[in-house]
Amino acid sequence: MSEKNTYLPYLMTIDKVTKEAPGVKTFRLKFQDEAEAEAFEFKAGQFGEYSAFGEGESTFCIASSPTRKGYIECTFRDTGRVTSGLSSLEEGSTMGFRGPYGNVFPLDEWKGKNLVFIAGGIALPPMRCVIWNALDLRENFKDITIIYGAKSVNDLVYKSELKEWSERPDVNMVTTVDPGGETSDWKGEIGFVPTIVDKVAPSAENTIAIVCGPPIMIKFTFPVLEKLGFRDDQVYTTLENRMKCGVGKCGRCNVGKLYICKDGPVFSKEELNLIPAEEY
Amino acid sequence: MEKLRERAAAILADGTVSLVIGYEEGTKRPRPLFCHDGESARKLIFDSRCFHNLAVYLTKKELVGNGRFAVTATISTLRSIMQLYVENQLSEDKLLILTVDLSGTLREFVTFDEISAYVEQFELKRSEREQAILTRIEGMTREERWNFWQEEMSHCFKCYACRSACPLCYCTKCVVEVNRPQWINPWPAPVANMEWHINRAMHMVGRCTACGACGDACPVGIPIDLITRKMMEDMAPEFGYIPGLPVKKGNALSTWKLDDREQFIR
Amino acid sequence: METKYISKSGIEQWFKSIVDSGKRVYAPVNSRDQIEFKRVKNLSEVADEYVQTTQSIKASVYPKAEVLFSYEKEHGKVHLTDFNPDSIPETVLWKVHPCDAAGFKPLSAIFNWDSPDKLHNAHVQKTSVISFSCAMADESCFCTSVNGSPGNLAGSDIQLTMLPDGGAIAEIVTPKGEALVALSPTVFEADKGEDKTKYLVDLPARFSLEEVNAKLNKAFNSTVWKEQSERCIGCGACAFVCPTCACFDIQEDVHGSTGRRIRCWDACGFGLFTLHTSGHNPREHQSQRWRQRLLHKFSYMPARLNVVGCTGCGRCSRACPVDMNILEHITSIAEQ
Ligand SMILES: Cc1cc2nc3c(=O)[nH]c(=O)nc-3n(C[C@H](O)[C@H](O)[C@H](O)COP(=O)(O)OP(=O)(O)OC[C@H]3O[C@@H](n4cnc5c(N)ncnc54)[C@H](O)[C@@H]3O)c2cc1C
Ligand code: SF4
Ligand code: SF4
Ligand code: SF4
Ligand code: SF4
Ligand code: FES
Repeated sequence: MSEKNTYLPYLMTIDKVTKEAPGVKTFRLKFQDEAEAEAFEFKAGQFGEYSAFGEGESTFCIASSPTRKGYIECTFRDTGRVTSGLSSLEEGSTMGFRGPYGNVFPLDEWKGKNLVFIAGGIALPPMRCVIWNALDLRENFKDITIIYGAKSVNDLVYKSELKEWSERPDVNMVTTVDPGGETSDWKGEIGFVPTIVDKVAPSAENTIAIVCGPPIMIKFTFPVLEKLGFRDDQVYTTLENRMKCGVGKCGRCNVGKLYICKDGPVFSKEELNLIPAEEY
Repeated sequence: MEKLRERAAAILADGTVSLVIGYEEGTKRPRPLFCHDGESARKLIFDSRCFHNLAVYLTKKELVGNGRFAVTATISTLRSIMQLYVENQLSEDKLLILTVDLSGTLREFVTFDEISAYVEQFELKRSEREQAILTRIEGMTREERWNFWQEEMSHCFKCYACRSACPLCYCTKCVVEVNRPQWINPWPAPVANMEWHINRAMHMVGRCTACGACGDACPVGIPIDLITRKMMEDMAPEFGYIPGLPVKKGNALSTWKLDDREQFIR
Repeated sequence: METKYISKSGIEQWFKSIVDSGKRVYAPVNSRDQIEFKRVKNLSEVADEYVQTTQSIKASVYPKAEVLFSYEKEHGKVHLTDFNPDSIPETVLWKVHPCDAAGFKPLSAIFNWDSPDKLHNAHVQKTSVISFSCAMADESCFCTSVNGSPGNLAGSDIQLTMLPDGGAIAEIVTPKGEALVALSPTVFEADKGEDKTKYLVDLPARFSLEEVNAKLNKAFNSTVWKEQSERCIGCGACAFVCPTCACFDIQEDVHGSTGRRIRCWDACGFGLFTLHTSGHNPREHQSQRWRQRLLHKFSYMPARLNVVGCTGCGRCSRACPVDMNILEHITSIAEQ
């Protein structure tokens, strides 16, 4: 019987650790087994279960782009038993990964459209994957706008990439911090993400908006997009529910009859309308 | 019983309370009932078959809300209510007690002093079942006792019905759910089960009022109520308690007195 | 499928041949005032005259706690040891009720949704089910309302229907059943043409699944959940005794530099089941968790897995400390 054990993780070497913000780190992971590395494929939007041997597993999205081969990256905040266990690991040590799981951003369907990325706080990771994916296939898309906000300047993640994106002529990059979160030399916007979206006012014409962030941010951004003329099938987001298995079996991530780990984590607003908001 | 229903309907109707928690006829035995109006109050019953300890619901905000509520209380329920009061979990202005005394008269209590005075009249005695098993266990050697409990605990599948049924297990995050550090391994297995049960027992010393709700709730028939009951019986005289009668303030384990005997410290 | 007759002494001989074959045999045993499946060696140990075991046979194909894999850490490297299906012994379950055997299908449907579950499948493969049709039922039984019946063959490899002479009608359903017959082929005599249904308990259906399903599909925002669940205290009793509940937790068993990743039973009734680390809990109230229980079984599973998540065994009703009677609750929804 050569059936694969779904729960057995790939062994990964932590190739690089980047400190992003207080308590937030990015790991670059490489497969220890070459055949596994070779066979591994994923698409933007998918997630995985990351193991700290001795502590357990945690769910993070794959934060690197599928166009960048040979490694995957994850960005996580140290909040609990597993994440603090992971956080204490150093470059060169071994951790586990299983995946990729979940559905994907339909980038193929978005060819020839404008893209507006709207992200808040530590929700940039799922977005970063699709941003790089789109930028690496830049000719497929028209205007690309990125609106990213965090509580304070210190809380912004991927600082060097934010700089890179803002310097690109083919990207309209807007960064903002919550009022009071600015430093004296802050040159970006000051204001909550929904307010800044309203101010930037991207056109809904032939545009897809991708919104990731804390529930409160999403709640206030949706009406702004609606006001700007975005239809529900033009707006995408990702949902996060507590997960254990990632593969539709442990029974804890469902919202109504949809399972975030299988039917999600990517949902269009149109799809969200069909499931009870109470459960996410 | 008719008086109880009428009174419950009346206090619901005039807004004295917004909820009456009582008992109704169930599949085989009576079960808890939540009355929000006179209509449902008509289903109320109260007799010697009512065994659930309704005090378990009184600390659940989502059920009792912010208003005043009434509960039809057995003696066991009243003992738990007293203990909850001792632990600052209940306040007099939210609670109204309805009960039927031995002569069949409807009684109402508003203050904890009234409850206490009433409960004091009832001696806490072992039931026949409790007496039978406890006598057996008390007659065992230390090793036999360990084996007995090990066998019993091996049937535990950690459904936590015992914890859920206990009015005094009101913590929002139980010690078994704390994972930093992971005090207790959360899966059901021989050692992990012992870890859970020893911890549970330890958390109940001086608090358990021997209502038996945990044992009643256990779907696999482990008499776990007898552990905390026996601990309560053994502890009470040492600390000057009357078994099953909560002291007005303070707990055995959280109160320290200069004249504590402390002869266990060597 | 073949139908045979087996006499009283034939059953005894056959049972002995199964035990002698080295397979582990589990059967209902009366101990500690409970009827539970336990390993047995003799037919005399098997319980009689009861309606239902407290727990289902679920644990034999989905253990309460099971090692998914183990690992060893050494100088920053990790060595993994996979779960080994060969470590699972051949097991025969004797005297399983049809509602229990029928639970295998929904259970396997959950475990194999899209990706196969190696562990569960290995257990199923090594397990044979000898069911006994039901001559007795109680007020909690309702198999006939959920596509089952006291003589339902789903999930059984062989089913016996006991006859007044102490013998039985033996329906040999699967190749696994045939393999068990082959252990003692001579005791299986030609079918005597007895009508099986004469020996089954009469249990009229109490509700229509289609009707319940249709009502539930529109009931998410109904007040019925709060009304029904006020007395529910949020334990795991109903889920743990249920033959089809599959929810699990994944945990870590660490001993210095070695460790095991463990899967153990969990339940949607527990308050912390869906709690995020952030403190947000999508199912904060017991009414939401009760709704999940009923909708998962009677609405989501039919929609997603094409199977009902309930076999009508009534165990949850019997085990519930506060008498949450699932039949009563489902019937009241059907009648609304
Ligand atoms: C699809 C998806 C993508 C995610 N992507 C990221 C990401 O890119 N970066 C990031 O920092 N966080 C992400 N999260 C949240 C992250 O999974 C939790 O913060 C993390 O699991 C907390 O684990 P812990 O063990 O440290 O905390 P503990 O409190 O110790 O948690 C114990 C267990 O609970 C579970 N758990 C608790 N909260 C969550 C939660 N919100 N979601 C899923 N499981 C949870 C985990 O299984 C964990 O093993 C994502 C969650 C989901 C569902
Ligand atoms: S109720 Fe019984 S089986 Fe459940 S956790 Fe308590 S002792 Fe264990
Ligand atoms: S839900 Fe209840 S009645 Fe249905 S299969 Fe599970 S335990 Fe049996
Ligand atoms: S009813 Fe609840 S515990 Fe049972 S399988 Fe469904 S979600 Fe899981
Ligand atoms: S229905 Fe009963 S057994 Fe199930 S969680 Fe509620 S109280 Fe526990
Ligand atoms: S994470 Fe286990 S079912 Fe979705």
